[in-house]
Amino acid sequence: MCLLRSRLTEGKKVRCDNFRPMVNKLFASPEAALADIPDGSTIMIGGFGHAGMPAELIDALIAQGARELTIVNNNAGNADTGLAALLKAKRVRKILCSFPRQADSWHFDALYRAGEIELELVPQGTLAERIRAAGAGIGAFYTPTAYGTRLAEGKETRRIGDRDCVLEYPIHADYALIKAERADRWGNLVYRKSARNFGPIMASAARCAVVQVRETVELGALDPESIVTPGIFVKRVVRVAPSMRKAA
Amino acid sequence: MKKLDKKQIAARVARDIPDGAYVNLGIGLPTLVADHLPRGREIILHSENGILGVGPKPAPGEEDEDLINAGKEPVTLLPGGAYFHHADSFGMIRGRHLDFCILGAFQVSVAGDLANWHTGGADAIPAVGGAMDLAVGAKKVLVMMEHLTKSGESKIVERCTYPLTGARCVNRIYTDLAVIDVKPDGLQVVEMVEGLSFDELQRLSGVPLRRLATAA
Repeated sequence: MCLLRSRLTEGKKVRCDNFRPMVNKLFASPEAALADIPDGSTIMIGGFGHAGMPAELIDALIAQGARELTIVNNNAGNADTGLAALLKAKRVRKILCSFPRQADSWHFDALYRAGEIELELVPQGTLAERIRAAGAGIGAFYTPTAYGTRLAEGKETRRIGDRDCVLEYPIHADYALIKAERADRWGNLVYRKSARNFGPIMASAARCAVVQVRETVELGALDPESIVTPGIFVKRVVRVAPSMRKAA
Repeated sequence: MKKLDKKQIAARVARDIPDGAYVNLGIGLPTLVADHLPRGREIILHSENGILGVGPKPAPGEEDEDLINAGKEPVTLLPGGAYFHHADSFGMIRGRHLDFCILGAFQVSVAGDLANWHTGGADAIPAVGGAMDLAVGAKKVLVMMEHLTKSGESKIVERCTYPLTGARCVNRIYTDLAVIDVKPDGLQVVEMVEGLSFDELQRLSGVPLRRLATAA
């Protein structure tokens, strides 16, 4: 069962159409899992470069057609696929990230120079903590990062103990698209190596976390001591065929 | 005077990293330090994308796209290594759990201000990554850079003209000419390269330097 608040329903609880008399968050396809994303949504996209980037979900988002999106990711797309392709398709109004400029970020660079995309540059640790704070229900927090720099201009500051700090607010999202290695039908997740990066915190910060996994397993097959993201943070799971990645 | 090349600067930095230290190596020049860590010391490398215990580059053909460092290059994991999410990773940084971070720089001021993320150019696309977190977070912030710009200006300055990464955060500067500590009362030269006199270093640097009694 999947209960979701979205802008489409103006806060009313609705059941997704995969209702079954037990908790089953498994969706048949990326397209089905993203069908209800409205224009203007804020969407977190996991991954650091290509590691952990949910490429198949992003492809489905492009096909789905939602526009005027606000995207939260560490980067602003690499080369021509994934997030870069979403930018190229001009679906993104604004991006929050820490490191947009890379050797292969040409689609972002072109949009930025043309004034066609808004950039909110956030130090990487502040980005992570703002996402974590949203998921944890924190109102705001003081961090020493960026104090005295232009990225703190206009922000409230305060000296706490021996450190000057900057007030930062949480980043909430309507959806999070993330990639994990393995899930069960309750949405419990384990990740693979450094592809974990933003997955766990983005899952917690979005009202609807959609996860693509390489493998789904029966309830009880994941070691409860080793589950990284408990299913309470996850609304939808889609299994996608393994990529060309070399096995470990 | 015998200027150090990049590898020699990296080797000089590596000599100062003690056994058991937790260390983050910034993107670019600092990654060279990993190749020069002295044998016989166990030093645990942190990568801000969520790894402790970063190992050497994988053999050709053994790369794994899910195992990369902050510079997005393929790496390996040492036995005992661990993976964690980004908020935990930056908690380690901001929470002062890292013993050292080693960063490159455009400029360092006499007060230890660091500028290394943005040239300030109006048409430059800004990108900061984890630099500002590392600058305020690590117990010791070490900078490695060339002493002079290509046009011969000192990168150690009275006041940074590039946008700051962090204020009063640098502890020690390693250049191709010298090792210099940032002290509350000014810059103190710890070492100079062979054949360089203190007066010449002072002239090239253009900011007040003090000589440590034992400096060669």
